[in-house]
Amino acid sequence: MRSVAIVGASLAGLYTARALRDQGFDGTLTIIGSERHRPYDRPPLSKEFLAGRITEADLALETEDEDLGAEWRLGVRASGLDRHDRRVLLADGTSITADGVVVATGATARSLPGDSPSLRGVHTLRSLDDALALRADLVTGRRLVVIGAGFIGAEVASTARELGLGVTIVETAPAPLARALGGEMGTALGALHEDRGVLLICGVAVQGLTGDDRVDGVLLADGRRLDADVVLVGIGARPETGWLEGSGVDLGDGVLCDSGGGTSVPGVVAVGDCASWFDPGLGHHHRVEHWTGAVHRPTVAAATLLSGGTAPAPPQAPPYLWSDQYGRRIQFAGHTRPGDSVTVEEGDVASRSFLAVYRREDRPVAVLGVDQVRQFTRWRRRLGTVSTG
Amino acid sequence: MIPACALAALPRGEAFRLDTVEPPIAVFHTDDGDLYAVDDTCTHQDASLADGWLEGCEVECPLHASRFDLRTGQVDAPPAKLPVRTHGVVVEDGTVYVVPSDLPPNLPPGARARTV
Repeated sequence: MRSVAIVGASLAGLYTARALRDQGFDGTLTIIGSERHRPYDRPPLSKEFLAGRITEADLALETEDEDLGAEWRLGVRASGLDRHDRRVLLADGTSITADGVVVATGATARSLPGDSPSLRGVHTLRSLDDALALRADLVTGRRLVVIGAGFIGAEVASTARELGLGVTIVETAPAPLARALGGEMGTALGALHEDRGVLLICGVAVQGLTGDDRVDGVLLADGRRLDADVVLVGIGARPETGWLEGSGVDLGDGVLCDSGGGTSVPGVVAVGDCASWFDPGLGHHHRVEHWTGAVHRPTVAAATLLSGGTAPAPPQAPPYLWSDQYGRRIQFAGHTRPGDSVTVEEGDVASRSFLAVYRREDRPVAVLGVDQVRQFTRWRRRLGTVSTG
Repeated sequence: MIPACALAALPRGEAFRLDTVEPPIAVFHTDDGDLYAVDDTCTHQDASLADGWLEGCEVECPLHASRFDLRTGQVDAPPAKLPVRTHGVVVEDGTVYVVPSDLPPNLPPGARARTV
């Protein structure tokens, strides 16, 4: 393999470039990024960076003396892929042909269904530029309505509260994070908002936004209207795979991959938020939208690409995520689904410091910690050594 | 020299967080019986290394899994980019003492005391 093009210059793209070089690839490496920025770390965008405690320079993912020997094509979007000669078409009309292609285009924040032409003051949060725009709008004393009580929404609510805004969260499901953590633990995390004077409204859908030029309110399906100066829409993300439509690369909820990251097209692998790898333990494809997945899977995908798909795929550690809200550290690892039992094994929910273990037929399958870092680390290790299928 | 804890209170494989100093210091007792002290805060983001995973002479950050060599402070791989500062450790009459380094620490950007 003499040349590799990596489409996506964020965490997964950068880590794949590193893995290729670590694994001995010394050919031409081209890294294409739709944003104008060098690779940066996204988790702080809703936390320390949004709060103004760290700077843009602190977000840099590359080390100072790092030299991947890559050609960077930043600020240009990929618009298509010709599978026959593995030619990546770019929006500026140019193209890059390579022996191997890495798809690492990430995901795009969902907007509200039927969103009217963009009102000022309405935000999503995915990129550095999104964070800069949102930060400029988070002015002390303003009223923020967060639509969606997922991790992004919860973290922005926490940061905005710290900055002195009045905050309301609206969630369609009966509890925050119910799909990810189950209703009981979702409710427990919801209490963190209420402790800090954030109004949490669950089980009600959003009907629409009001305002002429700038947003001034959020209409709920039950007829209520919430005053709003700023709105954050945090209702998830969809994989950024539109540019691969019709390319012959199989798509489902993301780029469908085998357990080593290989796609339906030889010489093309996919990593990060856009990739849905087959998980032998679960028995189905599974898209992982977590930082940790974007860090660990590139090593496997690079080996798949360089070996022509013959490298054995090592077992994957269970997904892991963390979130910081209101000064509390939340960590979760594993796979849970409805019907799993949940037991609090350290601390208690009332004290907002606890560790809960999810079990299926008495087998631990997932663990949630709130300010229980040491115990969580042990449990996460333990989960990594047992099948969670 | 700063007294940290009784040696008997720090079994092998465990860590002690000395949080009466700023920044806090983590003291580790390895499975081989060696004692090491480093700054407790990961150089990447605000996380306590005493809460991390101790394996041999290395501790893995509990948040993002960069590993630090307790003997030198060196980090194996990103996301952390800078080594963690190391300190001396002395045991006298069953008490573990830390001999603080006079070098500047490598604290993460935006680090602040945890609220718990």
